[in-house]
Amino acid sequence: MPADEVTDPVTAKQVRSSAGATAMPPETAPARPQVDVSAARAALRDVPHEPGAPKPDPIVVVDGVRRTFGGLTAVDVAHLEIQRGVITGLIGPNGAGKTTFFNLMTGFDRPDEGDWSFNGTSLKGIPAYRVARRGMVRTFQLTKVLSKLTVLENMRVGATGQHGERLLRAMFAPFWRKQETSNTTKADALLERFLLIKKREDFAGSLSGGQRKLLEMARALMADPELVMLDEPMAGVNPALKQSLLGHVKSLRDDGRTVLFVEHDMDMVRDISDWVIVMAQGKVIAEGPPDSVMGDQRVIDAYLGSHHDQDISEDMEDKIIAQAQAEIDDDNSSTAPADVEGEHRA
Amino acid sequence: MDWQSIFSEALQQGLGPVAAVYCLAAIGLNVHFGYTGLLNFGQAGFMAVGGYAVSSFVATWGLPFWLGSLAGLFAAGVLALLLGVPTLRLRADYLAIVTIAAAEIIRQTIGSVTLLTYFGGQDGLQGFSSSFANLNPFSGPVGIPGVVTWRPYDFWTLLVCWVLAALCCLMVWALMRSPWGRVLKGIREDEDAVRSLGKNVYAYKMQSLMIGGLIGGLAGIMSALQHSAINPSFFATDTTFFAYTVLLVGGAARVLGPVAGTIVFWFLISFLDLFFGQATSGTNPLIPDWLMNSNQASLVRFIFMGAALMLLMVYRPQGIFGDRRELAIDAR
Amino acid sequence: MHARPRSVLAVILAMLAVVIASLLVAGGTAASASTVRAAASDACTKPPPRKDETIHVQGCLSDLREKPPAPVPDVSFDIQDEAGKVVGSGKSNASGVFDIPLPGKAIDNLGKTFTIKIDKSTLPKGAALRNSKQVSLKVTLKLDSDVYVTFPIGDAEGAGTGKGVQALQLAVGGLVFALLLAMASLGLSMIFGTTGLTNFAHGELVTFGALAAFGIDSLPGEIRVAGTDVTIAVAIVFATVASAAFGWLNDWALWRPLRKRGTGLVAMMVVSIGLSVLLRNLYQYFAGADTHQYSQFSSPSPYHWGPVLVTPKDIFVVLLSSAVLVLVTMALQRTRLGKATRAVADNTALAAATGINVDRVISVVWIVGAMLAGLSGVLLGMTQGFDYQIGFKILLLVFAATVLGGLGTVWGAIVGALVIGLFVEVSTLIIPAELKFVGALVVLIVVLLIRPQGLLGKAQRVG
Repeated sequence: MPADEVTDPVTAKQVRSSAGATAMPPETAPARPQVDVSAARAALRDVPHEPGAPKPDPIVVVDGVRRTFGGLTAVDVAHLEIQRGVITGLIGPNGAGKTTFFNLMTGFDRPDEGDWSFNGTSLKGIPAYRVARRGMVRTFQLTKVLSKLTVLENMRVGATGQHGERLLRAMFAPFWRKQETSNTTKADALLERFLLIKKREDFAGSLSGGQRKLLEMARALMADPELVMLDEPMAGVNPALKQSLLGHVKSLRDDGRTVLFVEHDMDMVRDISDWVIVMAQGKVIAEGPPDSVMGDQRVIDAYLGSHHDQDISEDMEDKIIAQAQAEIDDDNSSTAPADVEGEHRA
Repeated sequence: MDWQSIFSEALQQGLGPVAAVYCLAAIGLNVHFGYTGLLNFGQAGFMAVGGYAVSSFVATWGLPFWLGSLAGLFAAGVLALLLGVPTLRLRADYLAIVTIAAAEIIRQTIGSVTLLTYFGGQDGLQGFSSSFANLNPFSGPVGIPGVVTWRPYDFWTLLVCWVLAALCCLMVWALMRSPWGRVLKGIREDEDAVRSLGKNVYAYKMQSLMIGGLIGGLAGIMSALQHSAINPSFFATDTTFFAYTVLLVGGAARVLGPVAGTIVFWFLISFLDLFFGQATSGTNPLIPDWLMNSNQASLVRFIFMGAALMLLMVYRPQGIFGDRRELAIDAR
Repeated sequence: MHARPRSVLAVILAMLAVVIASLLVAGGTAASASTVRAAASDACTKPPPRKDETIHVQGCLSDLREKPPAPVPDVSFDIQDEAGKVVGSGKSNASGVFDIPLPGKAIDNLGKTFTIKIDKSTLPKGAALRNSKQVSLKVTLKLDSDVYVTFPIGDAEGAGTGKGVQALQLAVGGLVFALLLAMASLGLSMIFGTTGLTNFAHGELVTFGALAAFGIDSLPGEIRVAGTDVTIAVAIVFATVASAAFGWLNDWALWRPLRKRGTGLVAMMVVSIGLSVLLRNLYQYFAGADTHQYSQFSSPSPYHWGPVLVTPKDIFVVLLSSAVLVLVTMALQRTRLGKATRAVADNTALAAATGINVDRVISVVWIVGAMLAGLSGVLLGMTQGFDYQIGFKILLLVFAATVLGGLGTVWGAIVGALVIGLFVEVSTLIIPAELKFVGALVVLIVVLLIRPQGLLGKAQRVG
């Protein structure tokens, strides 16, 4: 938990108006400085369109982060700043290291070298759960809903600072019942907002792909994060749901949260991002507002060869890629690949 | 074939002290495997440290019984800590291998000639249960005459075991309905998701391992007391597998699963044991000797257990009473 | 890249060829060396239980240098009471057993402590107590049943058999064991690599080999080719083939359907435990609980290589298992099928997408894996005898070897097995022999603590 327990009245009001939540327990609400969206966007106007450009009010600053797998350099970011209060899109061809970068930032993977900070404090060596408690909550490319828990229980897990999550108090309901009630109210409000309220008592495993994405996003909001990191929020979502998902992502910014997302869907990137960062082969190769970035020759070069047929069968391709990636990830996490040769071993 | 005695004895076993000990062990596993998804294949190790702590404290060092019992629980907790530190950050199968190895290390070390003076080698220890036996309020056979009866000491131990099991179930119930239990179930489903929500997954797994281990230690203590003796063969790997079968029969991640599982499973295998025992004994056995002799008859229960474990896991992972929708283990 | 049946057949035939070839080579030496001695089961038969009021001190002396241990007759014992008075004495008989009654009724002796002393001067030449300080054993009577004590007999310590030579001698035994372990571990590792299954029933594949060979060996009569008794050779070949078939059956009847259902790995692990219990008890049902020996190869006379004793059996096992290991690893490196196997292990989805018949590859992996396990079972049975749970007993060491080397890596399994095998034997220099498996398992846990990915494993995020 962040030590500061300041509840910004403005923030609280915003949450109430947007999520309809009653007063939340102070310790679950990390202080979220109020950001004027239009001002933040305006501030980006003066930022040069080049990799590693300094931002007026960065929430995340990355310095020299490198991650290699064997001989392959997956991520090598010299300098990167992410502006507070806006939606930043992270794009790049497949294998550019976007997800690895996400993993590094959130403590799910450790870089070989480099340092990065969140709100001015270094996150180097901080375990994933503490990163999340500091207000930087992520979702996953492959949605990670807790299938055998109900939608509501999924939401409740998301709340931070629960007394009932401490072993000794857990056994005696009076210690946590009140907090549970308020968390439930908050969860219901979020479910309402994310159109999942009818599914409240269903097992999360029974939800469709798009609903899972929604649930994951809503669950992340239970922790009141300052920075929401969405890893391919549109992957596997049916087109009908996409528009409403886009709206939800935008509404995060309107809450005063910062959003960083990875996406393949260029329409979405163009539609909602205030700023776009392009990665290729582990490096940041371009930065800027969506329109200027997409016209950038470096970006086109990076995409040629892997995504040159973007407009023809974008959805299909994305689906295939997401699926293949999912399977690969799944394999990597559940099975140690047997490297039979053994010569490549470090 | 004396059906009445078979039924009566099978019932005696199904509710008996040995079954109750396995029930305790399975409750521990339920916390590990059912709720947290931790594959502890070394529950026998937790039982061994519990049982041997109490028996060696009393029989070898002449310390009081209550101190030995506390030491047994303490030892089980320490074992959980020792096993958890290296493995809980690793993949599930590592925990399985390390726990099964640790249980074997404990069993072989305790049974070694080198430590004969403390733990009595393969013969084990006796004469440590008198303090417990002195508390026994029963003096004659207890039970329903004509249906099922137990000897006084057996009834005393089974009573204590089942009361303990009930208390453990109560604790599990209280824990698993709480936010703490919710986090455990979340870890079982997807620990990265839970981690991304700011929960210290490692600490929760450790707590789960310790709680289940303590209950395992309790099972070990009761096992020693129930036999009034202890030796390494009580704590062979198959003991753990028995407990798993019991758990799966009743249904993992259900508070009363281990209880139901124990009674049903123990009744069944005792029934099989008694039936085949009778069918292969006497001068003109029901089953001819070339097909099955009395030694082979005693193996039927294990064959049945192996088959039960496989079939349950494949066809009814939710247990015989469970609802498939609530299936906690991702077995499909 | 298609895994063709032809290449499957080629690998299997090549393995068989190796088995047969080395059998022919070693068969000659073994046949000449084998002087069939009294069956090993004669050693250490416990005297029949009596019904009387006295407590007897019983024990058995066997020379552990021989495999199976040979009885040591005509060694004298004294029993002293707490005051040091000799209250009984006796000698070991032809089967190494001694049986000395204690004076007085059982009830009088309870709680008393007796000292059983061995008279070292009556030991046969060259033999000595393994633990030279353990001339006497103290026993406190707690039950009114007979007391059973053992004095392990081994090499005489002294001039010429310093620690170095002992270590060397142990290393020979360790190497034999290590190679057998390596075959079993390689099988486990291949199966794990391609299917992700941590197969707790792998030990039963090992036992299956030992039992299949025993089935041939215990058929009445002998199988003779050109006047030489080749029963054991036929038994080994049969066991290898039968194990291969059994491996295929395992996959076809159980694991493939489970994979098709999408059964989770944890669930499969539990199923494998059930299978292990089921098979182990079926083995006991049909083969009994006794320890068996194959009829041939029981006690060939050893060669002296410098100060180290090496039996023809050791040489045979080392040659055969090294050849098989080399063959399998070569096949994995060079053949199409081997490459397909590695591709499946690396990334199943991708392998399937490139047209590899994943099911067939996995089938082959099961066949080869079970074959390796079965062969290691037969050879293990040859070197140290076997019973229905020989595989289960070494299962944890097999796991230790695979995890030590890095789960799912082929070289890792072999290297891990060499380390574990040698460690198990050589560590007995320092730790009591009864704790040698414990030592290896402790090594496993320590390695996991320091290097979770194993010695040769890729440094990847594992948690």
